[in-house]
Amino acid sequence: MIEVHELTKRYGDKTAVDGLSFTVRPGQVTGFLGPNGAGKTTTLRLILGLDTPTSGAATVSGVRFADHPRGLRHVGALLDAHHVHPGRSAEAHLRALARSNGIAARRVGEVLEEVGLTEAARRRVGGFSLGMKQRLGIATALLGDPPVLMFDEPINGMDPEGVMWVRRLFRRLAAEGRTVFLSSHLMTEMENTADQLVVIGRGQLVAAEPVREFAARSTRRSVLVRTPQAAELTAVLVAAGAEVEPDGHAGSEGLSVTGLAAERIGALAFDNRVMLHELTTRSASLEEAFMELTADRVEYLAGQSR
Amino acid sequence: MSTVTSLPSRAAAATAGAAAAGTRSRFTDLVAAEWIKLWSLRSTWWTAVVAILVPWGAAAAAATADYDNWPNYGPRQQAAPHLFAVHDSWPLEGYLVIMLAAGALGALALAGEYGSGLIRTTTVAVPARGSVVLAKAVVQAGVWTVVGWITALGSYGIAQWILSGRHATISLGYSGVPRALVAAAMIAPVCALIGLGIGALVRHAGGAIGILTFVVLLLPQFFSLDKQWSADIRHLFPVSAFQRLTEIWTAQAQPGYYPATVAESWPVYLAWPVLAVAAAVWIVRRRDV
Repeated sequence: MIEVHELTKRYGDKTAVDGLSFTVRPGQVTGFLGPNGAGKTTTLRLILGLDTPTSGAATVSGVRFADHPRGLRHVGALLDAHHVHPGRSAEAHLRALARSNGIAARRVGEVLEEVGLTEAARRRVGGFSLGMKQRLGIATALLGDPPVLMFDEPINGMDPEGVMWVRRLFRRLAAEGRTVFLSSHLMTEMENTADQLVVIGRGQLVAAEPVREFAARSTRRSVLVRTPQAAELTAVLVAAGAEVEPDGHAGSEGLSVTGLAAERIGALAFDNRVMLHELTTRSASLEEAFMELTADRVEYLAGQSR
Repeated sequence: MSTVTSLPSRAAAATAGAAAAGTRSRFTDLVAAEWIKLWSLRSTWWTAVVAILVPWGAAAAAATADYDNWPNYGPRQQAAPHLFAVHDSWPLEGYLVIMLAAGALGALALAGEYGSGLIRTTTVAVPARGSVVLAKAVVQAGVWTVVGWITALGSYGIAQWILSGRHATISLGYSGVPRALVAAAMIAPVCALIGLGIGALVRHAGGAIGILTFVVLLLPQFFSLDKQWSADIRHLFPVSAFQRLTEIWTAQAQPGYYPATVAESWPVYLAWPVLAVAAAVWIVRRRDV
């Protein structure tokens, strides 16, 4: 269990984390979501005692993490896959870490096997791909068989097979009763992996709830309509107060309608003798909910002003 | 995943954690971990080899020069004791290289971790940051003491072997020679720990080695021996202490010439590494990683 209470971190006059409070429970995968620059990494660093908070506190299993003389049996963490010495082999890197925590050397072989790096164990880490470094970082986190695991953007640089593997691993670790806390700026990744979400923007808490509830927050429920009489139907729907947009793909005759329920759209089409090929209610995606809720909290917007 | 099915495995994870926590980690484990880190880098091996071979080469060159010039020496120089045999055994030109090599590896022990970001992985594994710095200090001091003694005994042996061709050796029993041997051997761990301290302050490999070179090599050169105040500052530097302690004869202080004394040189050997390690522990504990 990770408990964050009124956590604040300022760097000069810039507030990276601003009065943040949330709890991450065991037995579940909890996603930590936020746009780039929202303060996710800073929060993880504060939980791990790498940074000292300006005010507030974070505890892991009821104890400030920095108060443990040795950490690997309490928390396994992957903050950045590049946090290794490029001149050292994967095996030597893990052997030194294991020894520092009094962990048996045979555990090194086990975690290397677990992450699929047995073949590359004696090669210098400098020659590893980003995906391989991520696997080494995960091996490091697993070394002490800890009850709490934290991963910052763990799927960056992984191939599709690696992504599938990582998802299964996180689910398994949670099923074993561990606390799994997983940061990402990719909403789709959370949809596939997480049970719970902690969402932040500009260092402040936006939401802390189950993934399904968070997705349901989106007000923008839309209906997909496909019709050969798109122009005619658009005029009718707009007159009835709906917002109508062409549906994404070029050449598609689909319309994306918001502001009217599917039943009402069907009735209007019937009344106006418009033929429909498809009428589908699309439930709000996590991505849309995320964009809506963090729109005013996004640090860096590309091009457009909102 | 329902709560019911996850309950037994949660209990299993809890017991596994408790069993693992049974074996406690000691400070010696941190020292062992730092030992693994040090020797798993290729640069350590060739740095140690260079640190040994260059002083040996310098001793051979110095001894060979005296061997070649021997016929030109007057009766006073040819008479025992052969004081030049001490200088030939531990020439400063060669020992500057072991000072820099030891200082550089000491600096890299911390600055290298900051540079690669490994320090964050290390700190998550061992939140007791001060203990990590002390473990690094123990490993650096230990390794460089061994390398220093191999270097100092070796360069003495090489110089004496060459000078024996002229029967111009000096015995290890001669007054002052054991002191010179100890000073020559121990300059390596002294500089390694100074490097460690600079590495903690600067946290950048290139910058740390640059500052180390400036402090160890260049800065003492700015202070001449012809004024008391200037000489006093110069004698605070390890190079000056090394020069004094590896000489068995020196001129008396007089107006215009103020050499270091043996009594003030040993504290220099002690103070620099103690202050450097204390500063490193203090700053690493205090700063965000």
